[in-house]
Amino acid sequence: MEKKSYKAWLEGDIAFRGFAYLAALSLVGVVLAILWVLVEGAQLTFTKFGPGFALGSRWDPVHGVFGALPLVYGTVVSSLIALAIALPLSLGIAIYLTQLAPHWLRGPVSFLVELLAAIPSVVYGLWGVFVLVPWVRSSVEPVLGSALGFLPLFKGAPYGFGMLAAGIILAIMITPTISAVSREVLLVVPRSQQEAMLALGATRWETIRMVVLPYGRSGILGAAILGLGRALGETMAVTMVIGNRPQIFPSLFELAQTIASIIANEFSEAFNDLHLSALVAAGLILFVITLLLNIMARLLVWRVARVPQGVTRE
Amino acid sequence: MASGQGAPGGDQGVRIGRNQRRRIVDRTMGVLSVLATVVALIPLASILIYVSAKGLSAISWDFFTKLPKPVGEPGGGMANAIVGTMILVGLASAMGIPIGILAGIYLAEFGRGRLAWTVRFICDVMTGIPSIIVGIAVYGTIVVAMKRYSAIAGGVALAIIMLPLVTRTTEEMLKLVPNSLREASLALGAPQWRTVVSVVLRSAAGGIITGVMLAVARIAGETAPLLFTALSSRYWHTGLDQRIASLPVYIYTYATTPYEDLHRLAWGAALVLLALVLVTSMAARVAGRRASGGNRG
Repeated sequence: MEKKSYKAWLEGDIAFRGFAYLAALSLVGVVLAILWVLVEGAQLTFTKFGPGFALGSRWDPVHGVFGALPLVYGTVVSSLIALAIALPLSLGIAIYLTQLAPHWLRGPVSFLVELLAAIPSVVYGLWGVFVLVPWVRSSVEPVLGSALGFLPLFKGAPYGFGMLAAGIILAIMITPTISAVSREVLLVVPRSQQEAMLALGATRWETIRMVVLPYGRSGILGAAILGLGRALGETMAVTMVIGNRPQIFPSLFELAQTIASIIANEFSEAFNDLHLSALVAAGLILFVITLLLNIMARLLVWRVARVPQGVTRE
Repeated sequence: MASGQGAPGGDQGVRIGRNQRRRIVDRTMGVLSVLATVVALIPLASILIYVSAKGLSAISWDFFTKLPKPVGEPGGGMANAIVGTMILVGLASAMGIPIGILAGIYLAEFGRGRLAWTVRFICDVMTGIPSIIVGIAVYGTIVVAMKRYSAIAGGVALAIIMLPLVTRTTEEMLKLVPNSLREASLALGAPQWRTVVSVVLRSAAGGIITGVMLAVARIAGETAPLLFTALSSRYWHTGLDQRIASLPVYIYTYATTPYEDLHRLAWGAALVLLALVLVTSMAARVAGRRASGGNRG
């Protein structure tokens, strides 16, 4: 009798452990499956175009010629614009929230910034099409064009739609990510170091510049890379405002295309196997890039935000 | 602190000037950081104002009860998309939540060594995989195998997106549960599974529910993976193996048409979706705050 109940006791535990183990393994399985499907689907393209697929600059489904360079260009440039806008903004927010804001204001303000992250991408897109794009067309591009029009970057007719609008909308979307991670990183800067600096007669800003920011440097870098990864893979809002034209133009006012946006646009209408495979191959490139960036960002953020926390806990 | 303009030139003057400059820089940077925060919140205000103003004018009884009409015919609603979004989120939750919680339990209770590290790492990396890639993968497996777009495929895609979020919050929450609770339960002779399910999970329930609700809010607005898994439909949903309408996909398709009427409906759909998402994530936060407050007290 006693032996039997002990056995049941043990079996319950083993089964439970097994289920948990399987669930954990399924996560690994999902990622491997995604990778496998992409590699499998991309095979046709890579056998036909070889590695030149990534360097070809012509994307022409009608003639069956596929080069991903314009998509890679659009993806990278729109994300870099986003990062250039979002990084200073997010750092400002993180500094304000950790160093300067009165305590009662910190909670509500970070809540509002996080709210930006809760808004669905497609709603950003809708707002982008009907609010942001007209504003870019009537205000931003004419001003930039007349002030900096001598640069090829800011030449051309203001369409509103295009690379610049995509960059701006991406900046808004990744600001909550970057600011939240940098805030966490800045929060673990040792209080004593800041107080020492202030006691030496430094101003608040000097303390931030010489103690706080250097201490959090690699974490902030991680946050920026994390934001960049988000921007690279962001789909709906970009698809709706970037104009969807797979060509490389020097001007930021021109229509462009990203890997994610071309997949959203053409995938369900791809009219033959090669076209479909080319889109999957582009997806594979995006997957690999975002995977590498994420791994890098995680390692950087872990090093800063985890180690000091563990030390103080012990 | 010295203030005002000192004597021009001379040691004294230079020092005062420098101090003044330092103070000005300090103030300026302070103002700039406030400005950054304000600038970041302008789009939030703009989106909320536009969506509620334009959305409200599109919302009527018909919006919640009628099917969409063909272009040109006035009226029509999005009842099928509202129901469809609920069904998709429900399907995804039914798959993603149990697996996610179990995986979280593994990481917090049993996970040691290399495998646990790998799973944790993959989890973090998975949250960064673009959702459209998940869509392609589900298309390549389920849609191709079933030979049709379906609610199931859409649900699986959304489940994959919510999985790492649920796993990581579960793990974090379980780790906050003090070990003495586990030891007490084990000492009373409860098997480990019993300890985890009725003692550990229970005391971490508030935090886990918060994480789950945030994940639900997140997937409710996902569009990209649905474009080629669930696709869309103009009719009532008829079965899980059929394509299904959803609010996000409707917003996308209607916003990119040239028709005023459809734009109006898109704003209406955006208002409903945003309300759904924001209410869920705010409720999650409130629940989380209450739960964590309770635990500490």
